[in-house]
Amino acid sequence: MPSIAKPAATHPSLQRNQLGLTIRDYEGSMSTLCAGCGHDSITAAIVRALWEVSMHPHMLAKMSGIGCSSKTPAYFVNGAHGFNSAHGRMPPIATGASAANRGLTYIGISGDGDSLSIGLGHMCHAIRRNVKMVYLIENNGVYGLTKGQFSASADVGSKSKRGEPNQTLPIDPVMLALSIGATFVARSFSGDKEQLVPILKAAIAHRGFALIDIISPCVTFNDHSGSTKSYLYTRQHEIKATEADFVPPEKPILAAISPSGITAVTMHDGSILHFRSVPANYDPTDRKRVTDYLLAQQSKGEIVTGLLFVDESVGDLHEVNQAPDMPLVHVPHSKLCPGSSELERLQQEFR
Amino acid sequence: MRTGVNDFALKLANVNGTGSASANGLLMQAIFRMGIPVSGKNLFPSNIQGLPTWYEIRVNKDGYTARALDYDLMVAMNAQTYAQDIREVRSGGYAMYDSSWPLDRSLAREDIHFLPVPLAQLCNEHFRDPRERILMKNIAYAGALVAALEIDMAIVEELLAERFSGKKAMRESNRQALRLGYEYAEQNFNCPLPFRLEKMDANDGKILIDGNTATALGCLYAGATVAAWYPITPATSVMDAFRQFCAKYRRDKETGRNNYLIIQAEDELAAIGMVIGACWNGARAFTSTSGPGISLMNELLGLAYYSEIPAVVIDVQRVGPSTGMPTRTQQADLMECAYASHGDTKHILLLPANPAECFDFAVKSFDLAEKFQTPVIMLSDLDIGMNDWVAPRLTWDDSYQPDRGRVLSAEDLERTPKFYRYSDEDENHVAPRSLAGVHEKGAYVTRGSGHNKLGGYTETPSEYQQVVDRLAKKQKSAANYVPLPKIARRAEARFGVITIGGCEPAVEEALDILAEREIPADYLRIRGFPFHKSIEAFLYEHEFCFVVEQNRDAQLRSLLILETCVPKDRVRSVLAYGGFPLSAKNVVDGILHQLEK
Ligand SMILES: Cc1ncc(C[n+]2csc(CCOP(=O)(O)OP(=O)(O)O)c2C)c(N)n1
Ligand code: SF4
Ligand SMILES: [Mg+2]
Repeated sequence: MPSIAKPAATHPSLQRNQLGLTIRDYEGSMSTLCAGCGHDSITAAIVRALWEVSMHPHMLAKMSGIGCSSKTPAYFVNGAHGFNSAHGRMPPIATGASAANRGLTYIGISGDGDSLSIGLGHMCHAIRRNVKMVYLIENNGVYGLTKGQFSASADVGSKSKRGEPNQTLPIDPVMLALSIGATFVARSFSGDKEQLVPILKAAIAHRGFALIDIISPCVTFNDHSGSTKSYLYTRQHEIKATEADFVPPEKPILAAISPSGITAVTMHDGSILHFRSVPANYDPTDRKRVTDYLLAQQSKGEIVTGLLFVDESVGDLHEVNQAPDMPLVHVPHSKLCPGSSELERLQQEFR
Repeated sequence: MRTGVNDFALKLANVNGTGSASANGLLMQAIFRMGIPVSGKNLFPSNIQGLPTWYEIRVNKDGYTARALDYDLMVAMNAQTYAQDIREVRSGGYAMYDSSWPLDRSLAREDIHFLPVPLAQLCNEHFRDPRERILMKNIAYAGALVAALEIDMAIVEELLAERFSGKKAMRESNRQALRLGYEYAEQNFNCPLPFRLEKMDANDGKILIDGNTATALGCLYAGATVAAWYPITPATSVMDAFRQFCAKYRRDKETGRNNYLIIQAEDELAAIGMVIGACWNGARAFTSTSGPGISLMNELLGLAYYSEIPAVVIDVQRVGPSTGMPTRTQQADLMECAYASHGDTKHILLLPANPAECFDFAVKSFDLAEKFQTPVIMLSDLDIGMNDWVAPRLTWDDSYQPDRGRVLSAEDLERTPKFYRYSDEDENHVAPRSLAGVHEKGAYVTRGSGHNKLGGYTETPSEYQQVVDRLAKKQKSAANYVPLPKIARRAEARFGVITIGGCEPAVEEALDILAEREIPADYLRIRGFPFHKSIEAFLYEHEFCFVVEQNRDAQLRSLLILETCVPKDRVRSVLAYGGFPLSAKNVVDGILHQLEK
């Protein structure tokens, strides 16, 4: 942390974070998505969150599958490696990358087609393994890149641009994740940066797999009346379950104060997460009650947003496998190879 | 007909799940320790308990240990298959069976000798526990064979002592059962039989090992840290062995932490994805699988090829298509692996013939994958992978340095004015890569979508072509780095015989047999793909060549025709693809039949 306080900046883009970087240092190349696409707003929130947590750009790895959403890693943090991989296969690729180098921060960007159809199994297993990563589903109810087919998150009755209603039951990533033991589950809206930025910051601090389902309207194929993933519909049906406030580890004094009506959760890295729950008695650390509440609201047609559930007690992939603190990729070959005399000795058994 | 010392074939017919594997392995191991060239082939069903299973042992003082097709001695322990098993005994041979129950008269044969041993009866008299009674029948027939073949009893006892060290009761039961069979045979038969064993010293400096264990050791020594897999016969034991070796050698004594991470993936698509992710980050990572898994990995193999990410895949081949015969051997994934994935893709293949090569080539796979920044597939098979082979002792050169290929350090990147992922190619057409977490200047987006030589997104024809043309040249360069073919020439050779992998012992024996009949032929075994130029030269040197391989469609022959300029009519096929390891007879008959035409 710099010891000299920076002069207060008048223009926000000139403000510097702890690394002395401005928000511009977290930007990427120009987006090629449609003007007004929800995905671009999410990119902006990511840029903001990474800047605020003072992420070293080169210590970030941006992973994605295929889709309009999966193109977005190119649009933030030019100084970070990215991997725009194959449709639905980002979770295993990110899992392998993490296995090799636990020293990086992984952010996975996916779409509802990528994660809920072709890659559904992979996402579930990444959740089960509690791979330490931020995992975003930029959820628009359609396959944007292949021109507007319904995805597995399309609600029954939701109408396509041509007016046909979807008749197949949707997969709700939030309920799914809760049911298979996810340790961090959030839902947000691309149009609500205020809500999304603290959730992203908390997700980065989370001990394991952090799932954020973000309603992200596709202006080209799914923003018409009759769609349940449009800007208008989401604004009309959204209710906020929690308001999260993220306190980084450097400010422990603030975090110690816990006014009534606020739940404080200490994250793995020592940071503190404050939840202001909007409905009374909402406890984001109680999986059963969260599930019950979400089911109840869902039946009323409401879209519950906020940081919905968090559990910091479960070890991630590395902890479960007793991997060393040093990333495996840095362990020298001399430590990995038992050498010729051991080979000689071992072969005494092969006779 | 074989008589005399150290030259016979023995087949044991059992029911799987009854504990026979342990007794059969004991016999094979004892013969190995007697210093005699030997092979053991397990012909087992895709089943856990109750179906027929066979184990074949061939002993040959001259070192011919490919599968024999006629048996001097059958140990018929499975009533379900008596008829077939007894039929397979060569005329003048022997059949040992459990005479606790009378043998059906219809099975009698005038031209063979029967060796009845009341195994169940003997074991029921001497053991109380019902499970022990079943298990010990196996050890009892092993005892009878020790007497009949003059296997060194001291060695067998030593093996039992090693196996059951710390389990005194078990060791005692085994010794007792062994003695029961031994004494019964001594008292009732004319021991030894006309064919028998005599100690030699042919196995000095040799070990008994299966290919999958050797492969796992190769991965361990190469420094693989991440492994991902999905269980499949016959590849499972690669990862089982790797896990065991890692538990032994990779656990940090001070911290108790593991310098490895093995992930049982949700499927093979995930397994290869994990390997690619780990290699993208600079680790040495591998997966082991079989044909069905390779099919599932196709999409991501193309991604790794096009975006130039190393990956090591061990394919232990089995009989396809589909589930096929999962416990039987074949070499039928060759074409699939050579060109795995959609679009223009070509991979580096390594083709070991035995466990010693599995060890060496596994190490080589990592070096080549990183050097050429591309997937390398090592094609073993069930016969090599799961059967115990007598192999030369594995050796390791402590001066080995892993070839990590062109990877830029933080200092390199600092000095570079601007880094572009796919530019600055070397003489092998490889461009340097940068790893995440090293330096901001190395950052770029890896993508399977069209990219130009600077790594930027492109849909421009010339820019796209420039990159894939370099990839083709890069793959071609690898021909100079894969293991060279093994070539053996004979004076006055009339034609050449080309083969791969585990066909080698059968083909070498066949060529000796043909040479004795004054039909000398030259030999070449391909050990890597892309083909080294010496392979094309060999093809042109001969008026024609036979290609011996274990698949229906002559895949190696097709690959030779596609990847060299040799005319089709100069390359003929000898094929065996029923699922059992090749025998010299298959090769001799196949060649003679075509020469007569
Ligand atoms: C194996 C495979 N099948 C199909 C496709 C075609 N494809 C590309 S993107 C896509 C759907 C993307 O939908 P989603 O993940 O929701 O992303 P969005 O574009 O909506 O952001 C499909 C089907 C592909 N790239 N790969
Ligand atoms: S098609 Fe839809 S999802 Fe794709 S960029 Fe356009 S608005 Fe966004
Ligand atoms: Mg979508």
